[in-house]
Parts: sequence; structure tokens; C-alpha cells
Amino acid sequence: MGSFPNIQSNLGDYVEMFVDFLDEGLEGLFDLIFFISSRTINGIEAFLNFLPWWLFIILIILVGWYFKSIGSGLLYGLFMFLVGTFGLWDEMMMTISIVVSAVLICLVLGIPLGVYMAFSKGFSTVMRPILDAMQTMPSFVYLIPAIFFFGLGNVSAIFATLIYALPPVIRLTELAIRGVDEEVIESAQSFGSSRWQMLMKVQLPQALPTIMAGVNQTTMMALAMVVIASMVGAQGLGEQVLISINRIDIALGFEAGISIVFLAIIIDRVTNGVADRFQKHRRAK
Amino acid sequence: MAENKIKIDHVSKIFGPKPKTIAPMIKEGKSKDEILAETGHTVGVYDASMEINEGEVFVIMGLSGSGKSTLIRCFNLLNKPTDGAIYVDGENIVEYKTPQLKKFRQDKIAMVFQHFGLFNHRTILGNVEYGLEIKNMSKEERQKIAQENIELVGLKGYEDKYPDELSGGMQQRVGLARALANDPDILLMDEPFSALDPLIRRDMQLELLDIQERLKKTIVFITHDVNEAFKIGDRVAVMKDGKVVQVGTPESILEAPANDYISDFIKDIDRSKVFQAEHVMIKPNALVSLKDGLNVAVKEMQQNGISSVFVVDRGRHLKGIVTIDAAIEGIKQKKSLEDVVDTDVTTVAKEDYINDIIPKALESKFPLAVTNKEDKLEGFILRVHVLSGLVADDIEESKEYHGYYQATNNQTIEDIEK
Repeated sequence: MGSFPNIQSNLGDYVEMFVDFLDEGLEGLFDLIFFISSRTINGIEAFLNFLPWWLFIILIILVGWYFKSIGSGLLYGLFMFLVGTFGLWDEMMMTISIVVSAVLICLVLGIPLGVYMAFSKGFSTVMRPILDAMQTMPSFVYLIPAIFFFGLGNVSAIFATLIYALPPVIRLTELAIRGVDEEVIESAQSFGSSRWQMLMKVQLPQALPTIMAGVNQTTMMALAMVVIASMVGAQGLGEQVLISINRIDIALGFEAGISIVFLAIIIDRVTNGVADRFQKHRRAK
Repeated sequence: MAENKIKIDHVSKIFGPKPKTIAPMIKEGKSKDEILAETGHTVGVYDASMEINEGEVFVIMGLSGSGKSTLIRCFNLLNKPTDGAIYVDGENIVEYKTPQLKKFRQDKIAMVFQHFGLFNHRTILGNVEYGLEIKNMSKEERQKIAQENIELVGLKGYEDKYPDELSGGMQQRVGLARALANDPDILLMDEPFSALDPLIRRDMQLELLDIQERLKKTIVFITHDVNEAFKIGDRVAVMKDGKVVQVGTPESILEAPANDYISDFIKDIDRSKVFQAEHVMIKPNALVSLKDGLNVAVKEMQQNGISSVFVVDRGRHLKGIVTIDAAIEGIKQKKSLEDVVDTDVTTVAKEDYINDIIPKALESKFPLAVTNKEDKLEGFILRVHVLSGLVADDIEESKEYHGYYQATNNQTIEDIEK
């Protein structure tokens, strides 16, 4: 039967040309992004390294105690201690700084975008397919332009993480703002609130529990990108996993892997605990 | 215009893709169903007009889908009318630009919602002070005012609780306090008590009337409950299919329903809770003053063909009642009017509901005396009047009963004379 006719389109080439164009034309912008991202990571890392290891563990125990229970706090402290005994303490701190920086940038970009999508139907229609593409495009694909723009290193890792982890917080912010009870909106309007007052005093606080669920998802996805991001030069636990693959080192691979799992558990439970805090006085009517 | 607080002038609200183009069809007199079939537009409010006076409780009553909630949202432009004008204090608010509208909502009008519309991320205090907070009032001042209003609705001690920690009735008190904190001229209440259970609802109705007695706001109140409407409304507008079918006092609507729909609506109403003493009482033809003496009393009774007559002083304050038997006996024994007057007369206030009068009418051996606020005698009520007040059709019938009563009594008087 007939094979596909000899028609060729060079979409990939055009994208490459577009990326080249961006790299040259928007160099200033990328420099700025690089500057901000690297400053954020370095700042957080410097702070984490400034803390003595025992103080960090105590802080984790206290945070776990405050948001969950004393038992959870002690368990999280034990997890941290175990990672230290694997000899991966510094790598864990590096991973935490990358994840936290990525999440911070995601929130700064994602929440305003989500809010705007909730208000503008047109913008929402444009953004939806873009968000779908960001979530489904294999992550290796945008590692390449990341290197192009920012070179090998932590900043490229953050860029790649952003693309993957940004959609949930945007989507859930939009959903949350749209989902605020109509009568609550009407009552705020009936008192003569301005749009800004409405957003800051009513819509965002009402939407916060759902937005926190988005933050939780975004954080978990950022953590999931740690290993892939190490391919463009991110340091930390992901890099150890990559090294162990290259060396076929089962011991190191498991230690680095289980450390990532520990981190994931702690971050997930703590962000969930924060979300529950916000949820406390919002039982459904 | 000045005497009306609010004037709704041919207001229509149409929902659909191009509502403005539909407005002329209403002027042509096309029905709601025709417009829906021809254009796919839903008419929420169909050419509604009404005037609401300062300080009255104006109830808009109708079944669900009658457009009452849509109409009340036009009063503060949560719904912008498609056509028509709304005058508040003589200004057409439909033409307001955003800053004017904001000021109008902040200063003049507040709303209470069916499902309360509370901010569940704020404490009770935080909810009540919201309206003042967005006016940028200082924290100290607004919390003081909020506190006063929380106490007004009887929620003292709950300031730091969250809405979901309170019962439905208490939550609606918060809604009321929040609306009152802004000290609005006009209070819009959209089925405020419909979500509450019947006992709580009754308490809240009484409390609202109590608060209204003190604050004298202009209240626009929405309900689907005809008993609630007639209980708290000074005047009631009945809506059906987006149209205002009848506007009037509860008594006038009961006496003369505009059409079968309204008759049907009010069929089950408890009339004894709507009609008051003044609606069933009779103005006395004959009154005797204390100084007139017994002979005058007998003459008055004979002339009017009645068997007893009320005795009053110069200021028409009730002194008692004297029967024809007692009067004739008194003349025989050469007593004065003051000696034979029977002071055991049951009095009721003009505003008392028939419901409250029934037991008194059963116990009293004389007609009930009806007095006004200055304690002056205004009229009297016989048992038949109480009964006829409860019968739906024609309250005027009570006069026939009264005529019958007079006729039978004439006989007794004649008998006595023989």
C-alpha cells in the first residue's frame, strides 16, 4: 500500500531559527532572568549552609510539629538525619535551594497569571493549550533551549523546572478564583468594594485553600524534575542519581533516590498541613 | 417625588446575548413566553413600577422564578436594568458611573443575603467591619461601630468566632449586623430567613421588626412566604412571571385580591394574624358621659336600639359600661350613673391582631372596647365581628351582623318597656 507521500515540513527548523532569534534578540532579558534566578538560588543556599545541621533538623521537627503533629516532626527530623549519614547533606541542601527557588518563581509568575485567566475569558482560552503543551511536552525537549539561553548549570535547571511545574499553580489559581461563592462576591460588591479590594480582601483569601493545593502540586513536580534537571548541570541529589547511573553504582543510586523520597514526603506533608490550616474555617455550607 | 425614597419606573431586566434589542418588544406588549420563543432571551423583570416610602418595610412577594430576586438586585445595581429608571432620593441610579455607584453602595444601601454571603475567612468582627474597612475608616473607629452592631443583633461574645462555628440563625444575625454597620438608609433583604428553620425564622422576624422600630430604615424585603410577607410588610408587592401584579397593604390585598393568582396565593393565609382590632371594630353611635346621668343613658340606648352603652369621661377615656337593665334598675333605686357603671370592661389596643383578641372576646361578657395610644375609646368589637374578620370574603358583612344584633336587641328593649 501507499507509503506517506514525499511532503516535508520543517517545523523543527523554524523553531530552531526562532530559538536562535530569541537568544540573540532577547539576550538582555535572559541575562536578567539568569541574574535573578542565580541570586535566588545562591541566597537560599547560603542561608541553608549558614544554619548548623542540628539547628536545621530542629527547625524541621518544629515545622512538622506545628503543621502536623510531634510524631510527624520527629519522623521528618529522623529522615533528615539519615540523609546526613548517607553523606548527602550538602547535596540535599543544594536540591532544597533549587526546588524552593523554582517554587518561589512559579508562585510569583503563576498566581497573577491564574488570577488574570479567571478574569479574562480570552486570555484563558489562549493560555489553556499552552499550559497543556507545557505539561505534556517531554521535558528533555526544553532542556536543549535551556542550555542555549542559560548555559549548563542551576539556572537552566530552574528554567526547565519552571516549564514543567508552573501549570498546576496557574490552573488551580484560576479554578479557585472562579469558584468563589457567587453570593460572597455579591455581598462584597454590595458594600461598594473596588475591584482591587474585592481581589485582595475577598477573592484571594477565599481562594487560598485551593491555591495552596496548587502550590503543593507545583512543589512535588519541581522535586520530580530534580533528576532530569541534573542533565543540564543542576547540582544536588539529582546529580548523584545521574552519576550512579553512569557508574552503575547501586549503593549510591539507592541512597540518593531514597533521599529524594524523604524530601518529597516532608515537603508534601508540610505544604498539605499549611493548606489544611487555611481550610480550617471553610467547611462547605 | 421627594416623599418617595425609592421609585422604580418601568424597569425591565432581560438576560441573553443582546438584551437591549429586546427592550422594545416589552413596550409592544409581547409576553415573556413570546419573547423567549422568538428570541431566546429570558425576561427576569417585566416592566415593573413601584414606589417605596421612607421608613416603611416594603415586601416583594412571589414564587421562585417570579423575578423578585432579580428585581431586588436592581436596587443596588448588582443587576443593571436593561430598561427603565430607578430613582433613589430623586436621583436616577441607573445612570451612575463607577465612582458614584461605589459611593452609593458604601453610604446609602446595604444588603442581606439568603445564604448569608458571609466571608468565612474572617471572624464575626471582621465580617461586620468589612463595609467600614473598605471606606478606609480607622481600625479603632470601625471596630467600635462593628461591636455596637454585633451587640444590637445579640451576638455579644462571638466577635472572634468564625461564621462556620455559628448556627444558621446566628449567621444571619451577622449578615444583618454587617449590613447595619454601614448605617444605610435602605436595607435590601433577599429572602433572609428562608434558609432558617421555622422557629428561628419567627424569632428573626420579630427581632427585625424590633430593630426596625428603633432604626426606622427603609427596608425592601423579599420572600416567597405569604405569611411572612403579611406579618412584617407595611406594604406588599406581589410578583408573577417578572411582572408586578398588585401593590398594597396586606389588608387591602386580602380584601381585594387583584386576580385569581393572588386569591390563590393568599388562600391559606392566617387572617387572624393580619387583621387588627381597628379593621373589625365598629365606631360607637352612642356614648354616654359620666356627668350625663342615667336618664340620658337610657334614652341613648333606646334611640340607638342597643342594650348597653360605653361610659366615658370628657376626654373620651373609657370609664366603663352600663347595661339597659342596670340603668333602669338604677333609676328605680335613684342611684347615679357612677354607681351602676360596670368597670369590668375588657379593652384591646387598636393595633392588636384578631388572633390575640379571640381569647379576650370569649371571656368578656360585654363588647370589647378598642382604644388608641392615648387610651381614648375608638370603637368596640362584638364576638361576631371577630368571627367575621376571620372569614375570607367580605369584611363588610360584619355590619349586617351588627344590624341583626341591633334588631334583636330592639325587641328586648321593647319588652322591657312593656
